[in-house]
Amino acid sequence: MAIQVRIPTILRTHTGGNKTVEGSGATLAALIDDLDAQHSGLKNRLVTEEGKLHRFVNVYVNDEDVRFTGALDTQVKDGDSVTILPAVAGGC
Amino acid sequence: MARFASLVDSLGGTPLVGLPSLSPTADVRLWAKLEDHNPTGSIKDRAAITMIEAAEKEGRLQPGSTILEPTSGNTGISLAMVARQRGYRLICVMPENTSIERRQLLEMYGAQIISSPAAGGSNQAVAMAKELAAEHDDWVMLYQYGNPANAQAHYEGTAPEILADLPSITHFVAGLGTTGTLMGCSRYFREHKPGIQVIAAEPRYGELVYGLRNIDEGFIPELYDASLLDSRFSVGPDDAIHRTRQLVEREGIFAGISTGAILHAALGIADKEVAAGRKADIVFIVCDGGWKYLSTGAYAGTLEEASAALEGQLWA
Repeated sequence: MAIQVRIPTILRTHTGGNKTVEGSGATLAALIDDLDAQHSGLKNRLVTEEGKLHRFVNVYVNDEDVRFTGALDTQVKDGDSVTILPAVAGGC
Repeated sequence: MARFASLVDSLGGTPLVGLPSLSPTADVRLWAKLEDHNPTGSIKDRAAITMIEAAEKEGRLQPGSTILEPTSGNTGISLAMVARQRGYRLICVMPENTSIERRQLLEMYGAQIISSPAAGGSNQAVAMAKELAAEHDDWVMLYQYGNPANAQAHYEGTAPEILADLPSITHFVAGLGTTGTLMGCSRYFREHKPGIQVIAAEPRYGELVYGLRNIDEGFIPELYDASLLDSRFSVGPDDAIHRTRQLVEREGIFAGISTGAILHAALGIADKEVAAGRKADIVFIVCDGGWKYLSTGAYAGTLEEASAALEGQLWA
């Protein structure tokens, strides 16, 4: 088993058009490093030079926003589901 | 008091009702704040009326003024009702992938609709409204995503009502759109009962809505302050529809689909509290009734059919 990661349309140029990819790692940061090794350039789109999540990128582990669970230090494990989405205006 | 000088004056004072069937135990209880009991049937009446009255006080609005607003429906419907009562013209910039009922209600109240493309969702509507506002100096954009009066409506209304009705509240769960409800309520709770956990439920739409050309076109409402939230959950259409149906079947509450998303997050919190052996009183917001969403197909057929029908729609 691995960690399932859902990729938004705008980042699929890095994943050969795949909507879902798999990776591994003990933290979100390690998972992103692993994904970047397989899909070159992905990390640059998600993480800033200062090593923080990009302002307009939201990442959810099992539907919970990682900014409230330790951001890139959030722990992940096999079987988790990770969703990456751009920040957009909600319906109101 | 149940007598008011006019419909607008009847704003707020909505009921808080228990959920005896969906609450997991006698110690972990769920409570629904029925915001569909507002003048036009949604929580947005609070923001709309408060924003208009603030603009009137500042002298930005006079009879005959034109109001411009990006909205996917409920805020527009509330603004349209008040605008007609007070002699303002209203133009709503609305994504074309919103339900037909919302359009019909806006037209009935006399609002003019400018459609923004479905691709890009509310992001596009906001961008388009900002362009129009720049071109028309005399139009007044109330701008719910950045207008402090939006959050203030909940600081002065929603939150104090809840705390007065249920002093033992431990958790507050609401939808995240403009962020006005969560920001205003959280500020009040942190001042008056700091231990209350404030949780956001954010609707996760189909891919079309996230179709930005680049990440830097992303959008975070100006009102948003992450330090006022304790956690934030993304809820997809399957879970939202499932919970919307559960709410009507088990508790008799016929709510819109965004309420299903909020209930899903509230039930997740409830499970954690039961597992931890704690007592909890969890309040969540019922944003509106289900009437405006019947045509989406969310209430008929199997969950799979309903979920497929929502693909590409702005269902919250």
